[in-house]
Amino acid sequence: MDKFLQLLLSGVALGGIYALVALGFVVIYKSSGAFNFAQGGFVTLGTYLVYQFGTDWGLPFWLALVLVMLSMAAVGMFLERLAIRPLVGKPTFTVVLITLGLLLIIEQVVRAVWTMPGLVLSVPWGNGRSRLGEVTLRHADLWTMVAAAVLLAAFFVFFRYSRTGLGMRATALDQEAAAAQGVSVGRSFAVSWAVAAAVAPVAGVMLVSRGGGALSPAIGFVALAAFPAMILGGLDSAGGAVLGGVLIGLAEVMSQGYLDVSWLGSNVEVVVPYVVMVAVLLWRPEGLLGTRRVERV
Amino acid sequence: MSGDRSGAPLLEVRGLSVRYGPALSVLDGVDMAVPAGAIVALLGPNGAGKTTLLRALTGLLPFHHGRVTGGEVVFDGSSVGRASATELVRRGMAQVMEGRRIFAELTVEENLRAGAITVRDRRRVAERTGEMLDTFPQLAPRRGDQAGYLSGGEQQMLAIGRALMSSPRLLLLDEPSLGLAPRIVEQIAERIAAVGAAGTTVLLVEQNAAMALSIAEFAYVLQAGRVAMGGTAAVLRRDADVQKLYLGNG
Repeated sequence: MDKFLQLLLSGVALGGIYALVALGFVVIYKSSGAFNFAQGGFVTLGTYLVYQFGTDWGLPFWLALVLVMLSMAAVGMFLERLAIRPLVGKPTFTVVLITLGLLLIIEQVVRAVWTMPGLVLSVPWGNGRSRLGEVTLRHADLWTMVAAAVLLAAFFVFFRYSRTGLGMRATALDQEAAAAQGVSVGRSFAVSWAVAAAVAPVAGVMLVSRGGGALSPAIGFVALAAFPAMILGGLDSAGGAVLGGVLIGLAEVMSQGYLDVSWLGSNVEVVVPYVVMVAVLLWRPEGLLGTRRVERV
Repeated sequence: MSGDRSGAPLLEVRGLSVRYGPALSVLDGVDMAVPAGAIVALLGPNGAGKTTLLRALTGLLPFHHGRVTGGEVVFDGSSVGRASATELVRRGMAQVMEGRRIFAELTVEENLRAGAITVRDRRRVAERTGEMLDTFPQLAPRRGDQAGYLSGGEQQMLAIGRALMSSPRLLLLDEPSLGLAPRIVEQIAERIAAVGAAGTTVLLVEQNAAMALSIAEFAYVLQAGRVAMGGTAAVLRRDADVQKLYLGNG
């Protein structure tokens, strides 16, 4: 039972990281209907900037994180204006390809700027752990769950109740019809990129601190691990991103803890999330909480 | 909804020409005027350029790779040829697009709120939503439903209600009768006439000339990108060509 509780806690925390990454994807998908591959690059760049502001330059961690979130929002808006805005009204496929290019460019910039190997990010909670009976709670996991919960609540309120959020949802469904209502399609894009980029360093910091703080330009590849989470949850649902993240995190950790399929080779737990994703999509093609395409029959 | 019945043009189109891409000329020197407080019908066959004219008036040409190559659009005394769609809505234009184009995955109420996206006052938006649900009572019990599940007629009512949410001075409608049963077309026509009677200026693009001319005070006929005919609706109803080509008489 203790093992189960330990794995449960670990799986939920890992899912929280997937959820934080997936939220960045969701916010852009909700406004533009496009899948943003550059989100992985935002995670990498944002995490290195937190290292630069906090660990290297000595700013207090929380101040550094806030400054980086603001800086990343500006980076997101800049890239949107430069590479995405000219594509308003163009096929979504073109936008997706541009984001793939941005991912590669951002990754290369990070490699070029932070050339020193062995950089380590300092976080206030360090490697702290608390005991809850026989279960160990890593403080990094606790902060991950808190961050995912707070951001999910903020996303929900924003998209459900704000004018900007409604405009972004309308834009994702039909750009021209949204513009005809007075929605500024360009502004919807800019806000979505700003929000997605601002969320990215939070995901990156949680991911890195969970692994002891070691930085690597490959952090952005966590975005690949978040793929099944967001597709499982529903590409346009913030709640789905969190639910999908937690389910995938649990599937990964539980399979690692319980599934004895060594005859299949090592790292089977990496494949399990995709198996879960395929199974769910066969049942609900729009994902668990994704918007069902409405069609009168 | 308050209106201006001074008769002075709220909208003037002077020599408007529009192209799609480098070569496709769709409008070629269109002139027309929409008097304040009037319902004006714009008739014409498929491909005449009616929808393109509405796109040009409402700033939506860029979504179709189109551009104005000549002429001027004057709304309420100001040239608005370069204004964005958002700016035009803020200035008092709203449109019901061809094919309704409601947001199928949003609820009825969210669709209505989307029509008031330029209105900052939340209380005003709530009031206006209530007014629209009173005006289109069939929508009231469906306010929480996804709009895509409404019938065609209900969707058209929603599209009109959504356009009216911003309390526009000029309402532009593109083929609101398209694909609807005759009984529903009658209801739509009654609603448009009521909107006009309440003082909102209306530009109604229609292929259903009988319906359009029954509620309009003025009308234009667009053919091959040019205005072929214009005048009071009463005169056009009696015109032999209009009778033959658009009203199915003779």
